[in-house]
Amino acid sequence: MSIASVKIKIDGVEVTVPEGTMILRAAKDNGIIIPALCNLEGLTPYGGCRLCVIEINGSSKLFPSCITPVSSGMEITTNSERIKEYRKMVIQMLMAERTHICSVCVADDHCELQAMANKLGVDHVMFERNWSADSIDLTHDFMAIDRNRCILCTRCIRVCDQIEGVHTLDLKMRGKDSEVILDLDNDWSHSCSCTSCRKCAKVCPVGAIYIEGEPIEHSKRKDIAEFILARRNRK
Amino acid sequence: MSVEKKVKVATIWLSGCSGCHMSFLDLDERLIDLAKKIQVVYSPIVDVKEFPEKVDVTLIEGAVANEEQYEMLIKARDRTNILISLGDCAVSGNVTALRNSWRKSDEAVLERAYKDSSDLNAMIPTAVPKLLIKAKPLHEVVKVDFYIPGCPPSADLIYYVLTELLAGRAPVMEGRSKYG
Amino acid sequence: MENGCKVARTGCIGTCSVGPAVLIEPGDYLYQNVTPEKVRDIVRDHIVLGLPVKSMLYKNQAYFQKQHRLVLRNAGKIDPTRIEDYISAGGYAAIAKCLATMTPQGVIYEIKTSGLRGRGGAGFSTGQKWSLVARAQSSPKYVVANLDEGDPGVFANRTLAEADPHAILEGMLIAAYAIGAEKGYIYIRSEYPLAIQTLQKAIAQAKALSLLGENILGIDTFKFNLELRFGAGAFVAGEETAILASVEGRRAMPRPRPPYPANSGLWKKPTLIQNVETLANIPLIIQNGGLWFSKIGTSKCTGTKCFSLTGHVTNPGLIEVPMGITLREVVFDIGGGVPDGRKFKAVLVGGPSGGCLPDTLLELPVDYDSLTKVGAIMGSGGIVVLDDKSCMVDTAKFFTEFCVDESCGKCTPCRAGLIRVEEIFDRITQGNGKIEDISTLEKSGVFIRDMSLCGLGQTAPNPVLTTLRYFKNEYLEHIVDKKCAAGKCFREVKEA
Repeated sequence: MSIASVKIKIDGVEVTVPEGTMILRAAKDNGIIIPALCNLEGLTPYGGCRLCVIEINGSSKLFPSCITPVSSGMEITTNSERIKEYRKMVIQMLMAERTHICSVCVADDHCELQAMANKLGVDHVMFERNWSADSIDLTHDFMAIDRNRCILCTRCIRVCDQIEGVHTLDLKMRGKDSEVILDLDNDWSHSCSCTSCRKCAKVCPVGAIYIEGEPIEHSKRKDIAEFILARRNRK
Repeated sequence: MSVEKKVKVATIWLSGCSGCHMSFLDLDERLIDLAKKIQVVYSPIVDVKEFPEKVDVTLIEGAVANEEQYEMLIKARDRTNILISLGDCAVSGNVTALRNSWRKSDEAVLERAYKDSSDLNAMIPTAVPKLLIKAKPLHEVVKVDFYIPGCPPSADLIYYVLTELLAGRAPVMEGRSKYG
Repeated sequence: MENGCKVARTGCIGTCSVGPAVLIEPGDYLYQNVTPEKVRDIVRDHIVLGLPVKSMLYKNQAYFQKQHRLVLRNAGKIDPTRIEDYISAGGYAAIAKCLATMTPQGVIYEIKTSGLRGRGGAGFSTGQKWSLVARAQSSPKYVVANLDEGDPGVFANRTLAEADPHAILEGMLIAAYAIGAEKGYIYIRSEYPLAIQTLQKAIAQAKALSLLGENILGIDTFKFNLELRFGAGAFVAGEETAILASVEGRRAMPRPRPPYPANSGLWKKPTLIQNVETLANIPLIIQNGGLWFSKIGTSKCTGTKCFSLTGHVTNPGLIEVPMGITLREVVFDIGGGVPDGRKFKAVLVGGPSGGCLPDTLLELPVDYDSLTKVGAIMGSGGIVVLDDKSCMVDTAKFFTEFCVDESCGKCTPCRAGLIRVEEIFDRITQGNGKIEDISTLEKSGVFIRDMSLCGLGQTAPNPVLTTLRYFKNEYLEHIVDKKCAAGKCFREVKEA
């Protein structure tokens, strides 16, 4: 069974991609990296961080490329002046939302938010920062969560649900009060469902979930979801 | 180049660790080249007492954490053409602003430092400038023209920004704005 | 009573400021502000002696003159707890007509001809939506009615459900027939207990008469089962994909589209989701024809719209007007203008997602496109009138705070952006505004509008952007002069 292909244009370049591919993936496969944070290969797309937005000819709207599939004849712009400006504002809003101080963070130099701010040239945050005093849970022997660093990308929730399958992590409250919690808001040492598989730490883009006592470059592993899925599908 | 034609540069450290100034000094021999084009008219590392008028460029390290620094910042902004936030403390608050997560952090931090952590004669000092309720990055107080993130920013980065400005260009910060 | 006078509780007639109201038929005599003492006079003089008590009658005929009550045709006229009343008022004749004489395609054709657009706020062509779902290839298909009505100060859907629940049920039946659905859900907010009760009763009565369930009206190929599902206190749950998530038992958080619910809705099946006001129009369109409907209102915005008219207005209440009526007619002719000798300042159209419009825009026709052009939205039908004692900065702040509270938290612009906007308003109204705040608010507002995932975030900046556009002088007064002409701001200081 072959999958149909469609011809689309990305930033003026015509490319052929399998039907149904998400625009983010289609771009990557053709050498165009669209910035993204909440997206992770192997997990279902979320469409929440809004970093990966692109413009499609014929519409004044912006579409999240991680969750928008290609269609024949689509003409996509990934990097207009408006998009560039908006991406910088997304980063600024994330940094203003909670306490993000890179110099004292466990993820310094290995953080996707830090790297993205650098790449986009976000040299300051135009908003007054919210100096959050959110909870930190170090009760587990080695799993740690510092909610002051969380950007609510929900990669941890998705990997725990979709790859490990136990769904220990989820959100409580809504809006600005949203928090990633374990089970029914238990602390980590009292979580009855957590298997200590560390996948949440592996996929966390920032220093919110990490492994105590381990260099963070050993704890993080961005391809873990994709890797496991590929092996599962081979059987 | 005559002294009058040199660009007048000032540096200040507010609530910082002076690491950004050390990074500036790490320019090493490039300082000698810079000295041909700039004149340091005020700095904690030279012996000038009063912040002068008509400064071309002022680099400010450190967050604004007390009333004296607040006054200093207003004065510097008033007397400077181009104001640059140097380093993460000036750009974001950084370590200096970690106390902000506590309510009434001006009192809380003094309590912890001078009473809780004290063995002898625990008391809050009175002969020091009053702390602001929150330590702030510079642009929450005055208009800032350029930012150099980093803790500290590398000497290369500081050199890049200064030379771009001397050449009359705005520095391009994509790929150069790494915090931490 | 010996004279054979029937007394019935009915749904609300919409004259909110003069309740309790009593309607006596025949003759359409409406009594206002009725008290137990007045009842004695009314019974003695009007009912027994046949002499209406002129002094107690509702004086304000102008309130009803410019209205055109189609959706609310039965409100106040029938007992909503008796299906017989609905039927004798012509109810369920439309679905009978569909089943007996029309094909699903024929039904969709009439809806398309009518030009009806979704009354939930977006204004998408109803006929086109039905067509998309009907064409979708997979099954089963679903019909979902949106009765979440979360806008503060809006009570049109609620009144419809309490006054004429069967109009909604019949609309859903016709929709189900047209698209090929056998199951439907009414998503209703739990803060509407009377509406819930009324709907439950209506569903049970309809089932008992074979108007719901299996073998509807004896047609063994047509069945439709209906369930109520309840919201749990979230404004965002009124968003169509959030409703779908909630009905599926998940958190009421919107998801990006495409795919659209028409192709992939409840449990990834084709789903038609409509506001209850849209559905209440359907039986009328079938009975009278799409062409008849298309002649009401304007050519691009046909039909009528229900509005909850509130605020500093003499005659607040629930009104229904033809599309294209001007704001001036709504506020002054129907609403009676601003009371207590005060002056009109602004009218808010569209609730917390809407725009604050000044007196220079009073000639604006009320229709989807005209409102969008000036920065407002039709929304679910909230019109709030503000007098000159109101502060527009405070108004924008109030609605921003509402949206901050109600944001689901999924996307960065809405969750992390609106609070920064709220913070700026806090500073401005406490005397710490900076002149740069105006451009920051503008920039942030446009960003949140363009970048948010769902309608909540996309429209949340409307109050901010419209007040900046039409009332900028008030912002300048607050920031530069540290003055609030209306005397509302600079009073409290939020905790640091």
